[in-house]
Amino acid sequence: MPLLQVRNMTHYFGGLRAVHNFNLVIEPGEIKGLIGPNGAGKTTIFNLITGIHTPTEGQIELEGQSLIGLKPHQVASRGLGRTFQNMLLWRHMNVLEHVKMAQYSQLDYGLLDAFFGTPRLQREEERVTREAMRLLELFDVAKYAEHLVGNLPYGAQRRVEMARAMATKPKILFLDEPTAGMTPEELVQMIGIIRQVHKDFGVAIFLIEHRLKFVMELCQSIQTLVFGEVIAEGPPEEIQNNPKVVEAYLGKEDIT
Amino acid sequence: MEFFLQNLVNALQWGSFYALIALGYSMVYSILMLFNFAHGDIFMVGSYIGLGIATLLLGLGVSAGWAMPGWLVLILTIIISMFLTAFVGILVERIGYRPLRDAPRASAAITGLMIGIILETGNLALLGARRMSFPPLIKSVTYDFGGVFVTNKKILIVLVSLGLMYALHNFIQRTKWGMAMRAMSYDYLAVPLMGVSLNVIAPMTFAIGSGLASAAGILYGLAYPVLDPYMGILLGWKAFVAAILGGRGSILGAALAGFLLGFIEIFVAMIFPSTLRDLIAYSIILLILTFRPYGFFGQAHSTQLRL
Repeated sequence: MPLLQVRNMTHYFGGLRAVHNFNLVIEPGEIKGLIGPNGAGKTTIFNLITGIHTPTEGQIELEGQSLIGLKPHQVASRGLGRTFQNMLLWRHMNVLEHVKMAQYSQLDYGLLDAFFGTPRLQREEERVTREAMRLLELFDVAKYAEHLVGNLPYGAQRRVEMARAMATKPKILFLDEPTAGMTPEELVQMIGIIRQVHKDFGVAIFLIEHRLKFVMELCQSIQTLVFGEVIAEGPPEEIQNNPKVVEAYLGKEDIT
Repeated sequence: MEFFLQNLVNALQWGSFYALIALGYSMVYSILMLFNFAHGDIFMVGSYIGLGIATLLLGLGVSAGWAMPGWLVLILTIIISMFLTAFVGILVERIGYRPLRDAPRASAAITGLMIGIILETGNLALLGARRMSFPPLIKSVTYDFGGVFVTNKKILIVLVSLGLMYALHNFIQRTKWGMAMRAMSYDYLAVPLMGVSLNVIAPMTFAIGSGLASAAGILYGLAYPVLDPYMGILLGWKAFVAAILGGRGSILGAALAGFLLGFIEIFVAMIFPSTLRDLIAYSIILLILTFRPYGFFGQAHSTQLRL
């Protein structure tokens, strides 16, 4: 059984068709990429699968269970973590708190524990803090643990966001332009981190990217989306040489 | 000097009422980006619930042949009333606000006003137009600090208020729910993806705000023991001013601005005739807002502007 399966998903915003007949199969541990020009509907697809919008038509199943109609927090607890194109960090909170926030569901204490400051509360807080620090180390942001996220270098903020997504213990991780705005050095580091995360956690990854080099390097399979429709799908080499993809990215060869 | 200190004590007392109520406005705003305009009336309901519980406990003591000491009745009254009023807050969220969560903000604001009117007139229907007096649970004792006269009630009011604010601060800084509230106050979209349900955090926020308002209502009843169904309106509006002055959604700001409001009011009344008090005090605040439109701790940051 595939980990995530999307069948014939179509979505309209009012009269505008944003996504048309989208299909996706992700197997456990697979890394898949979604590329396409600006406004093709890539982020909309992420939002539809993660429960921010409900698709007009189509099915979404995670491990055979339908996700249609579930709220974002329910989709998240089924094992789908994600990052955002514009990160959506809480700039007035520190790095450690970001990861601990993502461990909300793993913090096992009740209101009474909080009111009386019971040992259980202390224990849970300590346990979760230890786990959070391990994640921060993996993402090379442990040294910033007590810093406000807003004061971090851009690349580090991206890594914090990814650490936050991983802290929800997802089975599949959605990355929305994980290298946007990064320097070439940060980009190389990011490729290493994603490989590491993939290896250590065995998590499946579905990522949106603009930089073809990044996608080609990481993904086993790539979909190309143009105006809400998949125009090409396959392994990187195939996509790279697909005339339709080249046309979507570079424009038609029209030298007459 | 004594005159000044005397007024300082009064200002602290009034500041406590404003701050406790303002916190409720601010907390709800920081989560849902809307002001719960029924909050002043929740303060009124809290005060009445306090009156009911106190009367009940006193009666219980009499019929059991063992009169509970006043301080014990007061402590129990505050705790029980806070819980019951918190429940009222949860109902207000569930019935009034949740169905309108995706509705235009204006509708949600109107909801608050309507709930407020319903609470006022509901009280009127239930208990009649007669004013009720809050039982004097503790005997008033006046201490003389070198010419400054302070009653034990005033000390109690300020200390209980500060204690509750400290507890709130710890809740917000140290618990997972507090963390979720802080995160939501900055960004609304990412929090549910951490597996946090808004339908847990929103009622909890209403509950805490209402509980604090109830404490304010009981403390108010101790100092000014005449309750009527409309007592929450003016006080509620003033606390709302404090919440805005502190910076929309800022907890610390709401508390400080509540006290500042108390100070401005009392010191204006110290200089000018008391009939001019609100006129001058609120003109000053209008002026402050002209120069600090976001209030003291407000930021123009939200990723989604919802009001």
